[in-house]
Amino acid sequence: MSTAPPLIRIRHLSKSYRRAEQTIPVLLDIELDVQAGDFVALMGPSGSGKSTLLNLIAGIDKPSSGTIEIDGVDIATLGERALADWRAANVGFVFQFYNLIPVLSAFENVELPLLLTDLSARERRERVAQTLALVALQDRADHQPNELSGGQQQRVAIARALVTDPRLIVADEPTGDLDRATGEEVLALLQRLVSELGKTIVMVTHDPKAASRAHRMVHLEKGVLVDEPSPV
Amino acid sequence: MFLLRLLLKNAFRHRLRTGLTVLGLAVAVLAYGMLRSIVDAWYAGAEASSSTRLIVRSATSLTVPLPLAFAQRIRVVDGVSGLSWSNWFGGVYVDPRNFFPQFAVDGPSYLALYPEYVLTEAERVAWLRDRRGALVGAQLAQKFGWKIGDVVPLKSSLYPGNWSFTVRGIWQGADAAADEGQMLIHWAYVNETVRARSRRGSDFVGVFVLGIRDPNDAALVAQRVDAQFRNSSAETLTETEKAFQLGFVSMSEAILVALQAVSYVVIVIILAVMANTMAMTARERMPEYATLAAIGFPPGFVARLLFGESLLIAVLGGMVGVLLTLPLASAFAGVTGSLFPGFRVSATTMGLQAAAALAVGAIAALWPAWKASRTGIVAGLRHVG
Repeated sequence: MSTAPPLIRIRHLSKSYRRAEQTIPVLLDIELDVQAGDFVALMGPSGSGKSTLLNLIAGIDKPSSGTIEIDGVDIATLGERALADWRAANVGFVFQFYNLIPVLSAFENVELPLLLTDLSARERRERVAQTLALVALQDRADHQPNELSGGQQQRVAIARALVTDPRLIVADEPTGDLDRATGEEVLALLQRLVSELGKTIVMVTHDPKAASRAHRMVHLEKGVLVDEPSPV
Repeated sequence: MFLLRLLLKNAFRHRLRTGLTVLGLAVAVLAYGMLRSIVDAWYAGAEASSSTRLIVRSATSLTVPLPLAFAQRIRVVDGVSGLSWSNWFGGVYVDPRNFFPQFAVDGPSYLALYPEYVLTEAERVAWLRDRRGALVGAQLAQKFGWKIGDVVPLKSSLYPGNWSFTVRGIWQGADAAADEGQMLIHWAYVNETVRARSRRGSDFVGVFVLGIRDPNDAALVAQRVDAQFRNSSAETLTETEKAFQLGFVSMSEAILVALQAVSYVVIVIILAVMANTMAMTARERMPEYATLAAIGFPPGFVARLLFGESLLIAVLGGMVGVLLTLPLASAFAGVTGSLFPGFRVSATTMGLQAAAALAVGAIAALWPAWKASRTGIVAGLRHVG
């Protein structure tokens, strides 16, 4: 077991939503540690709270109570603007449906996160080119999303998630919209990001085969963490 | 730069939708400008009025003439610096559809009171020498292709018979507001002809036109003139030229109010269309906006995108609308001729057209921008457009 402090440290995390007069609990007293360089798969049936947990870790939702420390920063206490800045610097997102901007080319989509940095145009161009090369799409830089296959679009999305060199990448069902072969390619790429670039990945999936690529599977049921199987 | 690039690409993402919205806005701005210009033209006579001219007419009705003899008493009223008179001739040139105003006036005194009718000295002298001569405004001359020396036949219902007048001068207006759609003939010639046919109806005028030294004395001079004829068989009503002209406008007040109302209704309608377009746009792109927010773009960025796109469409539509207004106004002026003399689109109207377009663009984006900024990232990512 690693003695270094975990990159992600979650304590007594709860999340509930209000619907009219009702309070609907989604997550109940979650405690979770994720080490730097780990590849964790969040699994569970539909409605178990796995996507909610991922959203909280990613800083795009706020908990009802508890702490989420990421690299020593309790993001649950950050205001909206500070949280946006934190996300820009620390998190890369990979969505199930890619969420690329359709009017922008692959290059421009990957460049998006860099527009929030102080890099010059030349530096941004170089970084984007390197990142597209990493995902083997350097010859598709000028193509718009509708000119790319699903797998290629997801690789562009991964490049966009990587381009600011964040420590943490969150992936919500990254292979959910892909056929098996393409999904395998994407998962292999994610594994490379961990093994070669030392990224930490937290991935939501309902696919056991996708989850088997992770170092560790974490199960949720009805908002509660159930016993974890041993790390792979 | 990126913001501008993205909103330009977004604005033309759905070319048909954007094109139709631009077209709708252009038509609305065009209609607004034309309606305003028509209303302005209606008031043009009043706007062209001089603050140093008063009009004296019968207190009973404009159709009741005043004795010419009143001139001697009016001339000596304190504050009066000049005096002339005018009769509506009411002639028809070939076809009743060729309507234009004709006034029988006392030549020398009338020209002295209307310095905005600019003539050459030769034309002025030629007209004053020819009792059957006519002066016409440049717009009127252009409409019928008249030149100096042309004979204009008229048939009048007020002064029965066939009349003909020779064009002796064509005046240019000293400024854009001056009326160039009228014809002036000699009151003396008309009066002599009337007298020769029958003494009844001669030596009467439609209105007296007074010059005053100080515009601030208008009310006082008017009171003094009317006091001269109070309790007489022909009481007078003296008012500023502007008030006199506005009296005609007030006869059409209901129409003018309706036109003004329609001009604004048109803008409100296009505002609703634009607002719907932007609301649809924002709904469709909610997941994109949520993605931008997730990446770290601040909420204000999405609002700027929406406002920018809406204003861009509004600017395009407004520009097209304003540019089309000028040739359409020109064509309208050509068709209506002397009905709306001096019809034009003022700089104020064009400014208001541009302002209306910008206001539509800004207001249409208000609700979608607010909604987008209030929608959480998670809800936005889940949104189905």
